[in-house]
Amino acid sequence: MTQDTAMTRELPMTHERPMTRHATATEEATDGERMRRRCFLSSAGLGVGSTALLAMLARATSGSETSGSGLLGGAIARPHHPPRVRRVIHLCMAGGPSHLETFDDKPELRRMHDRPMPESFTAGQQIAQLQGKKLTCFAPQFDFRRYGESGQSICTLFPNLGRVADDLCVIRSMHTDQINHDPAHTLFNTGSSQAGRPSMGSWLLYGLGQECDDLPGYVVLTSVGKGGQAQPIAARQWHSGFLPSRFQGVQFHATGAPVLYLNRPDGVTADQQRELVESVNTLNRDFAETIDDPEIATRIRQYEMAFRMQSSVPELTDLSGESEKTFAAYGTRGGDGTYASNCLLARRLLERGVRFVQLYHRAWDHHGRIKPSMETTAAEVDRATAALIEDLKARGLFDDTLIVWGGEFGRTPMAQGSGRDHHIKGFSMVFSGGAVRGGMSYGGTDELGYNAVENPVHVRDFHATLLHLFGIDHRRFSYRHQGLRFRLTGVEEAHVVRDVLA
Amino acid sequence: MRSSFPLRAAASDPGRWRLTGWSVRAAFLMPLALLLAVSDRLDLGPFGDAAAAAPETDSKSGAASPESRKVSFNREIRPLLSDRCFACHGPDSGTREAGLRLDRRDEALGSGVLEPGAPEFSELVSRVEADDEGLVMPPPGHGERLTPDEQTLIRRWIEQGAEYEAHWSFVPPVRVEPPVTTKRSGGNVIDRFIDRGIEEAGVTPAPRADPRTLVRRLAFDLTGLPPDPEIVEAFVADPSDVAYERLVERFLQSPHHGERLAMYWLDLVRYADTLGFHGDQVRSVSPYRDYVIRAFRENKPFDEFTIEQLAGDLLPDATLETKVASTYNRLNRASGEGGVQPKEYLARYAADRVRTTGAVWLGTTFGCAECHDHKFDPYTIKEFYEFAAFFADIKEQGIVKSAVYIEQLPVPTDDQRSRQAELKRAIGDAEREQDADSPRLERLREELKSLEQSIVTTLATTATEPREMRVLPRGNWMDDSGEIVTPNVPAFLPPIEPSAKSLTATSAEAAGEEENGAAVDDPDGAGPRRYDRLDLARWLTRPDHPLVARSFANRLWMLFFGEGLSRSVDDLGSQGEPPTHPGLLDRLACEFVDSGWDVRHLIRLIVRSDAYRRSSDGGPELVAADPANETFARQGRWRLDAEMVRDNALAAGGLLMRELGGPSVKPYQPDGYWSQLNFPKRSYSHDTGPAQYRRGIYTHWQRTFLHPSLLAFDAPAREECAARRTRSNTPLQALVLLNDPSQVEAARVLAQRAVEAGGDSFDERLAFVVREVLARAARPAEATVLRRLAERSREAYEADPNAAERLTSTGLAPPPAPSDIAEVAVWTAVTRAVLNLHETIMRY
Repeated sequence: MTQDTAMTRELPMTHERPMTRHATATEEATDGERMRRRCFLSSAGLGVGSTALLAMLARATSGSETSGSGLLGGAIARPHHPPRVRRVIHLCMAGGPSHLETFDDKPELRRMHDRPMPESFTAGQQIAQLQGKKLTCFAPQFDFRRYGESGQSICTLFPNLGRVADDLCVIRSMHTDQINHDPAHTLFNTGSSQAGRPSMGSWLLYGLGQECDDLPGYVVLTSVGKGGQAQPIAARQWHSGFLPSRFQGVQFHATGAPVLYLNRPDGVTADQQRELVESVNTLNRDFAETIDDPEIATRIRQYEMAFRMQSSVPELTDLSGESEKTFAAYGTRGGDGTYASNCLLARRLLERGVRFVQLYHRAWDHHGRIKPSMETTAAEVDRATAALIEDLKARGLFDDTLIVWGGEFGRTPMAQGSGRDHHIKGFSMVFSGGAVRGGMSYGGTDELGYNAVENPVHVRDFHATLLHLFGIDHRRFSYRHQGLRFRLTGVEEAHVVRDVLA
Repeated sequence: MRSSFPLRAAASDPGRWRLTGWSVRAAFLMPLALLLAVSDRLDLGPFGDAAAAAPETDSKSGAASPESRKVSFNREIRPLLSDRCFACHGPDSGTREAGLRLDRRDEALGSGVLEPGAPEFSELVSRVEADDEGLVMPPPGHGERLTPDEQTLIRRWIEQGAEYEAHWSFVPPVRVEPPVTTKRSGGNVIDRFIDRGIEEAGVTPAPRADPRTLVRRLAFDLTGLPPDPEIVEAFVADPSDVAYERLVERFLQSPHHGERLAMYWLDLVRYADTLGFHGDQVRSVSPYRDYVIRAFRENKPFDEFTIEQLAGDLLPDATLETKVASTYNRLNRASGEGGVQPKEYLARYAADRVRTTGAVWLGTTFGCAECHDHKFDPYTIKEFYEFAAFFADIKEQGIVKSAVYIEQLPVPTDDQRSRQAELKRAIGDAEREQDADSPRLERLREELKSLEQSIVTTLATTATEPREMRVLPRGNWMDDSGEIVTPNVPAFLPPIEPSAKSLTATSAEAAGEEENGAAVDDPDGAGPRRYDRLDLARWLTRPDHPLVARSFANRLWMLFFGEGLSRSVDDLGSQGEPPTHPGLLDRLACEFVDSGWDVRHLIRLIVRSDAYRRSSDGGPELVAADPANETFARQGRWRLDAEMVRDNALAAGGLLMRELGGPSVKPYQPDGYWSQLNFPKRSYSHDTGPAQYRRGIYTHWQRTFLHPSLLAFDAPAREECAARRTRSNTPLQALVLLNDPSQVEAARVLAQRAVEAGGDSFDERLAFVVREVLARAARPAEATVLRRLAERSREAYEADPNAAERLTSTGLAPPPAPSDIAEVAVWTAVTRAVLNLHETIMRY
């Protein structure tokens, strides 16, 4: 019985690299050949394991640049078609931002303000907190204007996003199935509201491997806003489900050790810790001589990685090398756990080869007082989001990064007092990056902003599109579990939203 | 991925089967299949009684040619049809294409695609072999094309008459007599099955594990704890069979045996201390956990165990214990989110119970039938909701308004119970004798109140009038068009029978309203009555139930070998993996039932076998010949489960608190880990005192944020049934072992013990540490490395005595005597190294 047997038992597709039961050990031998891009390494990380690392790099530089899989090996040996992006940052606006105060202006809804919501829209539909209540139209609370050469229509609460309007691809016709936060996030991340399925970041790591070896390939950051109640977020959202757990997201914390258990014990110096890890690895190597257990080699490699993280993570979070201009652009000096600070950290993660960064801003559940809440929350994200886009452009990362901005659902065109309730039939989401068409809007809701009527995009269409951009055909990317070939997009039909691709 | 048969190997070297990669099972099963007259009703497989029935045939002669070999439907054809065809031509009537159904012979023949004996006239053959994209099956994009070998197999099967067999796990197990083996006579009944397979595969089994490895293996497998060094030394001195069996009994009688089995059961039933949705609030269910531990500890027969969990509240002689057991029905995730639509969540809870009960007892994916008929197994969507109807009597709310549930069942300890009775008596007496507000009466009432508040409660099941249960088309809870159903079991399984019991009041009230057939005559003559959970539980424990005993025996086998006899411990259905040793699995299932569902009987059989006692190091030849160990010619090996990683370190440190049961506890946890929780916001305060050092099984199980040290080692969040844990190997595990205060504290206390009691010399102390952790002597090379580590550490702490003090005061355990601090700090480097070794967290 070796590790990750669940994984090695299956060979879902001919396109996947055959693996023996000793999958992790096999990676050891073939990683180098698979590397196709430079891995960013912190100089501080060289120490323990540096020999192995240098050997790996040597192999990498002499290796052919053939496949799309990463340094640490993915299940897909060759992409199904040429990939357009290498990394993604998901700016998850947790709580469900109102599309009607962000990207979807509805003049007709303004006109209907305070009038009863026509039953033709709401009859037989799911409803969350407005169950049994009178349903009244509620006008968009802010003005919209046209921004950029493209004339993209954006709420005036987001002047900075307006500045980068020509880089934004706004999808106004999203819809989902789940009306409560927890299952809606679970659906958005895993394609199912049932617990136990892998999150999209885990799917990507499983399929493509990771491109850096001193940081996890999938990192999660969270922040809490001041403008609304902060809905809880479960660790399930970045879990690897039935995929091996090395593919799960690793949460970085704003306070305490950035990564759990990263800090060495009080009374132990970095040198001592290094000597300890070296001793452990030496003893494990000696042990491997006496017993045929390929897991030992993997264990040694993981201790090397853990030790490197003890340097690479502090280096990552040390912002002293960032310019005043950068701080000004993001509106933060970092280290304060804000959304802006996380955006800056996210850029640094992407630079270092992290494949999937997910950033939750828990702030958008505006059941009441949506007007002041939107003002506060928009201000928290507007500047930094725009700064991130511009920063990625300046650093040449924009072209092969996909930026996704959006929540788990939208909010009702109907009033809930001075706010809006959860809404799943139509909401907005924004893409940015070189692989998508900037300055365009796609799809639309009806005149009251209730139903996505023009080119509706389901969450699974988003998943299909995401995988497509990574060179993966969602229909051909599966993992066998309990006798079924599970896919991120599930069993229903899903479509790549080709019209938004550059 | 099911492979074709390595016919070339068979032809070129019939005496020795070359086993490579995916062909392995087919490879070593095939030669037997060449020989065996397979029972037409039930394919017992090569290591079943059919094998014994054909002893005169020389298995090495290779006399039977591959062409004349009887193709096994269950092992070779069903998996192919299931995987490639059933999705559109199988049990699900909703998506059946062209009216063609291939999972049943009568229908397949009726539709004319199969001509028994005449593959050339069978459309099935022409379609799977077609080159035309418009004709070939499965159609492009709907599954992989059959390989030429697979096509040949289909042809041969049709040639031989296209016989079908019932799916192996859907027919009752048969008490198979073990096959005759030629080589040896030792071992027990298990070995006769295993050895026969080993012989047929032509591999050399691994030798017996050395005594140290064996005793450590046995201790972890049976108690989840490392063995005491004295026990190890005694067994090393006398590793005889008698001594081994004494050892087995010793561990089986250990109170910790119950904890070990409970760890696994709690994964299955998704036991946790919190709701799981949204705010993930705490709920009190720990008495159920303790019930499970006690049940395994006392070796409660599995049928009783089953009945009490599903229907402990409905038993005519229900006790506090059986009511506590009925908490099983309430372990599903639940939500307290404000915008929850109660009807939706009641539907979720109902589906969860079918999914879970189907997984726990039936070992199949019944949950797949929530939205449509099952694609591969004969579960219909209607049967899914009929099964859900068994649980429709559970009193519950769709939305949990606050963390304090209605109707929590108090579960007092014996002391609490007697004190409560005393107080009530005293209060009664006082009330009669004195006026209402005497100070003494007041004190008594206060004491009673605080006593009652301190009594742990559990979320036991209370029955009420059953809710209406409808088929939800496509699983849509908003769709009320489905038919109303009453409790019943899937038709392909044995029928449910009314149990002889008096009726509970509630189910009697509910009776009579039934319009549908699924009701039984009330033994008291009051008319038909609806089946209830008790009927369900009794049905599950019918002696002839095909799935329950097989599934449990298969999982038990996994706990002791790392893999099930059927690898797919979570799916014994059509898409699962057939067992490598069907005869053995059947035999174990029958042993289980015939012994009165005696769990310990099965465990004894397993751990007393020679197979169990083999080394996990089979040598390169065996590994190359059988990489997946499908012959079980060597033992499995795996990294310890998350809880055991913790328990092992605490035990080595001498910190482990060994008391059983009680409320869940909170070990040290990094600050801020719960910051994403809300409603309410929570801060985490770790336990102080003995509660800090409890076994991992007692850790507070916060579903949405499971304790990170457990999560790192693959403990499941227990939101859904987990029949097997993944075993990953990650950098986060290294960080836990290096830096988690629980680990560091265990290391520094172990260092304290080494300094105080391990002797004076470096070698003596090292011997002590290695013996405590690994139950063996230190190797010379280890001594060299660790001596140097200690020396470097000494230099550091001599330069910075304050650092030594900080390190040696990690955790809550008393720090060393001031005079020992420097030495303990030095030795903590050594103990940390030893606790971080791969070997330390492995079970070999």
